[in-house]
Amino acid sequence: MEVVLAIVIGVLYAGGVYLMMRRNLIQLIIGLGLLSHGANLLIFTAGGLRQGGAPILAEGEKAFATTPADPLPQALILTAIVISFAVTAFALVLFLRTYKTVGTDDVDDLKEMQK
Amino acid sequence: MTSIIFRTATRYMFPPLLVFSVYVLLRGHHYPGGGFVGGLFAGSAFALYALAFSVADARKVLRADPRDVTAVGLALALLSGIPPLFSKEAFLTGTWWTLPLPAGGTLDIGTPLFFDIGVYFVVLGVLLTLVFTLGEEE
Amino acid sequence: MIFLPVLPIIIPLAGAVLCMLARRNIAVQKGLALITSVFILLTSLAIFAQTKDGTIAVMNVGSWQAPYGITLAIDMLSSVMLLLVGVLSVGVSVYACFDLDVTRMKFGFFPLMLILLMGVNGAFVTGDLFNLYVWFEVLLTASFILLALGGERAQLAGSIKYVTLNLLSSALFLAGIGILYGMAGTLNLAELAHLVKDGARGDLLTMVAVMFMMAFGIKAGMFPLYFWLPASYPTPPAAVTALFSGLLTKVGVYSMIRMFTLVFDTDPAFLHGLILVGAGLTMVSGVLAAAAQYEMRKILAVHIVSQIGYIVMGLGLFTELALTGTIFYLIHVIIVKTNLFLIAGAVNRLKGSYDLHKLGGLYKEKPGLSILFIISAMSLAGVPPLSGFFAKFTLILAGLRTESWLIVATALGVSLLTLYSMTKIWAYAFWKPAAEPLPDLNPMPKSKWFIFLLPMIGFTVITIALGVFAGPVFDYAADAAAQLMNPQGYIDAVLGGGM
Repeated sequence: MEVVLAIVIGVLYAGGVYLMMRRNLIQLIIGLGLLSHGANLLIFTAGGLRQGGAPILAEGEKAFATTPADPLPQALILTAIVISFAVTAFALVLFLRTYKTVGTDDVDDLKEMQK
Repeated sequence: MTSIIFRTATRYMFPPLLVFSVYVLLRGHHYPGGGFVGGLFAGSAFALYALAFSVADARKVLRADPRDVTAVGLALALLSGIPPLFSKEAFLTGTWWTLPLPAGGTLDIGTPLFFDIGVYFVVLGVLLTLVFTLGEEE
Repeated sequence: MIFLPVLPIIIPLAGAVLCMLARRNIAVQKGLALITSVFILLTSLAIFAQTKDGTIAVMNVGSWQAPYGITLAIDMLSSVMLLLVGVLSVGVSVYACFDLDVTRMKFGFFPLMLILLMGVNGAFVTGDLFNLYVWFEVLLTASFILLALGGERAQLAGSIKYVTLNLLSSALFLAGIGILYGMAGTLNLAELAHLVKDGARGDLLTMVAVMFMMAFGIKAGMFPLYFWLPASYPTPPAAVTALFSGLLTKVGVYSMIRMFTLVFDTDPAFLHGLILVGAGLTMVSGVLAAAAQYEMRKILAVHIVSQIGYIVMGLGLFTELALTGTIFYLIHVIIVKTNLFLIAGAVNRLKGSYDLHKLGGLYKEKPGLSILFIISAMSLAGVPPLSGFFAKFTLILAGLRTESWLIVATALGVSLLTLYSMTKIWAYAFWKPAAEPLPDLNPMPKSKWFIFLLPMIGFTVITIALGVFAGPVFDYAADAAAQLMNPQGYIDAVLGGGM
């Protein structure tokens, strides 16, 4: 399973980097999204793939009957997803404003604006 | 989007979505759910309303400005961390009170609930600020 | 006070919430922002008093014991950074109250500024790697909006670069966190350091360290990852740029210092050597880029890059004396750089331009402002007896002691070129007569102008004081560096209980 996920992560990173190097702003955003998905999956994989129950002890229990799943990677990923949701939403608004102000979605044309 | 089917459906789906969002919020203490998901549910209810009718209508239904909703949510989440100060414990330590119910039995109310409600409002407020702003740009 | 370590986070948040609620009333927002920054300063002073003898203030948020919960841990480096944030926040909010346009204030400058300060403070106090990531995102999101606020063309174009590269850096940071968690099973910094010392070494750790180096390097503006900085920093109003230049890149540097003294101290020959090479190239490329510029803000912005080189140089040398120099330099550069941007903003306010070709004759018109500028500029270049001299002196001494001749030569050469850049601004904007006299755009009466200048006067006095009382500052920096070089104290303080 790790191998499959490793390949998926690699594909996500490759796609993300490829899209980021395109000149189109929308492709840039999608690329950033893919990168953060890749990072999230990486945490998930690196945290250990294990089938297990929720790590909550029932009342009266002293130890887990079966090894539970590690909840921390999931908590980390959830937080990271929430953050990238907010940041992507902001980036979309920023790019929309830029497109409306400058009238282009080509990154190369934006260079002229710097001067 | 002025389809009459969409509008009628939204009219009927809007209240259950809000009720369900509160259910998800309260369920979050022991089971999957919580303030974030609840807030997203409530936010999508309003977003649906804005799509079916108009952003102005959705604002009218919400009554408050979404940015105020965010601020209130943040304040609530922040205040929920303060009570442990009085029992000399660290910030955000869960503090619980037991309330007797008039019909017998007791109800445990704790600071994590208020924190979650705060998150609910923050998510609702931020989501709607975004949706309304983007909707009004057009 | 039991809440003390968390106050630097709570206070700006509370201020931001109140500012958001007072959205329609700018006067109230100004008042709230000022009061909040004073409180931030007072809190940081209280923390400073508590930790200056080497005590590490620890708090386990939510009473979840370390290493399971999120720990806040403030050592001497953190507390001096908090103090600088406090000083800066007071100065910048006073300046912003006078200088900023009403549109930006209406749009929420003050709440955003306070959220930014919350993020910066959070990054300085946290003792948990993932929490550090979260604070980074908090301050980045706030800075994104502050940067784009106003929506001028150059601003938008700069923001896109800034946002893209910082998101890339966050993705790298996150991936590094994931691998580190997979290796160690914890993200508590003290626990990580403890595990690394117990032998969890190897090539994978070095690789992760390089990922972190890149992630923090982008945020700090290190060579070759700094190109977003000159593109975006000169675009927003002076108050925003001053805040950014004082704090944002420094959070990246701080995180790098923290990680590479606490956790990644296993392979200094390679890792810190790499940092040292980066430091040298950062200095040179920053100062050379400045030589070609004739726009005041752009010169100052690329100089941020070369200053970062000096700060990181101490980390690269990785001796106690070198780290002392690094900390001294951090203290010095945060104050001076912010001050220079504020002064450039004041010049722009007077003349409506940052262009050195158009400006001129400011010394005749505004001798007070000019003196403030020349003191800060000379301090930046490292002229004795100002703060910059002692900071650079310590670094170079550390370089000589380790016989790193190349970096010493680079640092000295860059120092000369810095002097050249600063005298260029002085000669063009202040000394030479203006090509055609620009009209005075400043409608402020004299008394108000004086209050407007107060933050700059304050910062200049601090620069001089840091030079005059270099002894005590040096001692403090040396103690802080000793604390960094012996991380066992930090580990014990966090893992051995706390609250």
